[in-house]
Amino acid sequence: MKTKYKIDRKIEIKSSTANLSLVRDFVKKAAKDSGFNDETIGKIILAVDEACTNVIKHAYHYSNDGDIKIRAVFDKSKFKVIITDHGEPFNAKEIPEPNLQEYHRLKKVGGLGMFLMRKLMDEINYSTGNKTFNKVTLVKYLK
Amino acid sequence: MAEFNVNKHEVGSVNVLDLKGYLDAHTAPELEREFNKLIDDRKYKVVVNFKDLNYISSAGLGVFMAYVETMRENKGDIKFSNLKQDVYNIFDLLGFPMLYEFYEDESEAIKNFNEQNKD
Repeated sequence: MKTKYKIDRKIEIKSSTANLSLVRDFVKKAAKDSGFNDETIGKIILAVDEACTNVIKHAYHYSNDGDIKIRAVFDKSKFKVIITDHGEPFNAKEIPEPNLQEYHRLKKVGGLGMFLMRKLMDEINYSTGNKTFNKVTLVKYLK
Repeated sequence: MAEFNVNKHEVGSVNVLDLKGYLDAHTAPELEREFNKLIDDRKYKVVVNFKDLNYISSAGLGVFMAYVETMRENKGDIKFSNLKQDVYNIFDLLGFPMLYEFYEDESEAIKNFNEQNKD
């Protein structure tokens, strides 16, 4: 396939948590080939794992037969991972950043993944296309 | 599929969980089962040894948050030891060091439980 990007790879998985390790391996290789160091690769892997876990949980409600597409693109020092699903629309950007003290006190477990994604990546963008798909784009710049 | 397993051993009244492999949304239920067994057996003093754990996501961290209060209400606790730096960094990002004890080595965590018992 012709692409204007230096790296442009795709993987498609079923919405099972059993496939998270496949996603991590896919992202690890793409980030490594883009030139990131091990520490940053670790951050990208975790952010993508959290994003896919959110899709499995919120868009597909742990049903195993949904589709999740993951595309990794690298060009001009910008590494993007785009995760698309056709599950139930969920508006991730409405989830507020948690106050961590309150979080521990209330034993609130959900939302931590979103918090980590924001901490680990440089940019996160969400879009929902006419309520037919959810798309989250995670960006990390190679410094 | 990610590999993960939990081994359990006892040192006096302290229960040590040795975690190995990858702790994510897929494998976290296995750790939950171990904590449920501990609670069924009324064993509330827990040290989690991370020596062989390579990876943790928020699903794994959530397990400790879900069980720590039960342990503390019953004069126990969950203490952590032997974390690799990158695994510790995730705990740190989520504010765990304010609320949990971390030790370089399993034996220090066990010793701390035993010292608390003398009080």
